[in-house]
Amino acid sequence: MTEMPKYTKKDFVSDQEVRWCPGCGDYAILNAVQMAMAKINRKKEDIAFISGIGCSSRFPYYMSTYGLHTIHGRAPAFASGLKVHNPDLSVWLITGDGDGLSIGGNHLIHLIRRNVNMNVILFNNEIYGLTKGQYSPTTPPGQVTKSTPYGSLDRCFLPGKLMLGAGSTFFARTMDTDPKHMQEIFLAAEQHQGCSFIEVLQNCVIFNDKTHENYTNRKLRDDWVFFLEAGKPIIFGKEKNKGLRLNGAKLEVVTIGENGVTENDLVVHDPKDSNLAFLLNNLVPHRDPLAMGIVHQVEDLTYDAQVTQQISDVSDKKGKMSMQDVLKSGSTWTVK
Amino acid sequence: MKELESVVIRFSGDSGDGMQLTGTQFSNTSALMGNDIATFPDFPAEIRAPQGTVAGVSGFQVNIGASEINTPGDEPFVLVAMNPAALKANLHSVQTGGVVIINTDAFTDKNFVKAGYTDSPLENGDLDGYQVIKVAITTQTVETLKDFELDTKSKTRCKNFYALGMTFFMFSRELEPTIEWLSKQFAKKPVLVDANVAALKAGYNFAETIETTISTFKIPAAKIDAGLYRSINGNQATAWGFIQASEVSGRPLFLGSYPITPASDILHELSNFKQFNVKTFQAEDEIAGVCTAIGASFGGALALTTSSGPGIALKGEAMGLAMIYELPLVIVNVQRGGPSTGLPTKTEQSDLYQAMYGRNGESPMIVVAASRPNDCFEMAFEASRLAIEHMTPVILLTDGYIANGAEPWKIPDLSTEFNKIEVQDAKSKYSAEEYLPYKRDDRLVRTWAFPGEEGYEHRLGGIEKQLDTGNVSYDPANHEEMCRIRAQKVANAADNIPLQEVEGDDSGDLLVISWGGTYGATHMAVSEMRNQGKKVSLMHLKYINPMPKNVDDIIKKFNKVVVCELNRGQLKDIINAKYSINAMGYNKVQGLPFRISELVTEFNRILELQ
Repeated sequence: MTEMPKYTKKDFVSDQEVRWCPGCGDYAILNAVQMAMAKINRKKEDIAFISGIGCSSRFPYYMSTYGLHTIHGRAPAFASGLKVHNPDLSVWLITGDGDGLSIGGNHLIHLIRRNVNMNVILFNNEIYGLTKGQYSPTTPPGQVTKSTPYGSLDRCFLPGKLMLGAGSTFFARTMDTDPKHMQEIFLAAEQHQGCSFIEVLQNCVIFNDKTHENYTNRKLRDDWVFFLEAGKPIIFGKEKNKGLRLNGAKLEVVTIGENGVTENDLVVHDPKDSNLAFLLNNLVPHRDPLAMGIVHQVEDLTYDAQVTQQISDVSDKKGKMSMQDVLKSGSTWTVK
Repeated sequence: MKELESVVIRFSGDSGDGMQLTGTQFSNTSALMGNDIATFPDFPAEIRAPQGTVAGVSGFQVNIGASEINTPGDEPFVLVAMNPAALKANLHSVQTGGVVIINTDAFTDKNFVKAGYTDSPLENGDLDGYQVIKVAITTQTVETLKDFELDTKSKTRCKNFYALGMTFFMFSRELEPTIEWLSKQFAKKPVLVDANVAALKAGYNFAETIETTISTFKIPAAKIDAGLYRSINGNQATAWGFIQASEVSGRPLFLGSYPITPASDILHELSNFKQFNVKTFQAEDEIAGVCTAIGASFGGALALTTSSGPGIALKGEAMGLAMIYELPLVIVNVQRGGPSTGLPTKTEQSDLYQAMYGRNGESPMIVVAASRPNDCFEMAFEASRLAIEHMTPVILLTDGYIANGAEPWKIPDLSTEFNKIEVQDAKSKYSAEEYLPYKRDDRLVRTWAFPGEEGYEHRLGGIEKQLDTGNVSYDPANHEEMCRIRAQKVANAADNIPLQEVEGDDSGDLLVISWGGTYGATHMAVSEMRNQGKKVSLMHLKYINPMPKNVDDIIKKFNKVVVCELNRGQLKDIINAKYSINAMGYNKVQGLPFRISELVTEFNRILELQ
């Protein structure tokens, strides 16, 4: 067993020229991931980055770890096969809203359902970038894009809600303009035993610039996002006087000090509470304030650990035999 | 008692009548008694098609012989018909003068209607010319079991063993192997053991009492190579061949698969082998099946995906990715009738073009095909060996006929056979400093580095790669060179496969070419022709891309060439294009295997052509 090397960000930078558009949010995510990798306490050779197709999916080329750039939408399957074959690896899946939620939607929900122990980073820019500007499953209805000149008629997915429905054990949200928060979330995801799903609000500077502006611009975001902390009331706003309160089975935004509202009336965040997770994941982008941080985290068995366990249990029970023994098992007869 | 060289028996009844079981017991007993055998189950696509209808008929055909047997036989000599639908579906194929055993209890007016008869086949002359044995099998079974503590339904279900008992007497089979099997099978329910044994013996004894009115037969033991034998079907042999390849290569086996007829039994079989560290992943769809396998292959597994034609169509894009990654992967296509959903439970060889050409871009792949049920072991091993030694995906073609068909298999000695696969691992060839993902040896094969190995970190992608480094490259000349290299690498595998053998003389009037699961029929037909003194030889291909290096020389030494295949001429076109010849085709697309007799007729016709 060799000792854990001391890594810096540089150890995770590959020799390949990064080719995203100038100003793309992907640069900040790449940077934050490389910083986080130096801190997750895993050897570089034990880390693999797997992606599908799209702008975000060029990601593995820029990491100096093991990696696969695969085909459109199927990264969850490649990553599952790799992780199940070798559960000792730290597997990171990079996808976008088109790759992960449209063409790869089926694979993604089944990855979550099985709870394979890996980390998924969904770059959500609400648009198709690499194919040059068509609407995606997260594009808000009505938006004009290359393929919706009169406005999109598609209803959109709320990624957190979809993941909760698929049985997710870890869902968090962060944003490309907050490197520190991104790193915290990536570290928490790696520590979680199960499939950790992270939605990053990411800006496409060319085809959907500033779509997340209210949530990601430091000057505007205070009234639009609330940072979750387990055991703490949900408070936000420039004046730190806004909060979320339960009204019946619904969340509502209230102001502390108005109508007799005090901090004690506010919802206290509990990542283990699936009902609260549903309410938080049901907040609608562009209309409601959104949660940042770990929305939902519960413990459950992971698929890969169970595969390993079952193999060990059955092997113990059946005992070691050779293939020659198998060939001779059951009914055989001798011809003289 | 008449002595026979061989006999074909078909057990036929409703889906729920237990005919598969009955047929299996008859063939296993015959194998144990020293006969050569070949079997073929034939069941409907619907699990329980409407009872009593022709669509719901389930059959099991067994050919047993005192000499070499290679197919389940053309025409049954004995038909066991448990209901009118079974008679309707099968009588036309029974030899004239053959024996038809009828369960009269099921021959009611209501069942005639369900089977589509307008009048009783027992009286309308349909059975003229056959030896008909009418027995109230259901009534007699229930009567035999009247003192058993079982409900009537359970008693009725023993009727297949009554029928089996009758055939055991007619063909002088021993009862012990079946009794032993029943004792094991129902060890936890002794009453079922006793009831089925009682039904078996009652059928046997009944046949004995009517001996004077029916024919009885003896089939002496066949002259077979000495050794230890077992019965095996194609899907089981395929699964086992892969496990052996995993053991020998030291690469853990990973199967990513999605259920599909007729390939699912490979998934079932492999999922039983956890003690060999076999990992089976039932994916959410066909695409995920192949993609998980490629992910595992990147990780260092001997990775497989198993499917049939429609599933292979879905996997096409990922197969192309494995090809450009240059990772080992075995793709099994247990072919069935196509196109589209086609004839899921019937056999065909119509996916050869798909295997050869069914991907976007320049995407050559090694293609091999198994020739018979027990050959699936060898070809699964070979597919794995070629995939690992040449760092490329390999397609293994089998078909529904050999996948479900069973035959005896002389158990190989694994210390001397199937014992070598050379893994192209990067670590043993290059230091971390020297390592480049796409550096090649003189066969153009790159190396395999596994995640977890320090200093060998690398990225693979589906975008065109630069020579040696594997970095993304859009350079036109580089792309052309990489396409050439990948094609040449596959072609170079010809140096790593056996030379083609010819059965019969190496020159003559007619060369019969066949491939894959039709071997039994073409082999027997060519043997028959040669026994008649005709100058006919057989070239049966198992390595289709690349082909053995001597195929060209073989073809040139014959006056005429005919390619026999269960499609509309796919191998024929490939061979004609490759070797610039004008071979004829003999083709059949009925979801059925070749009959030996139709091939003999065709070969004679071709020989007489001017």
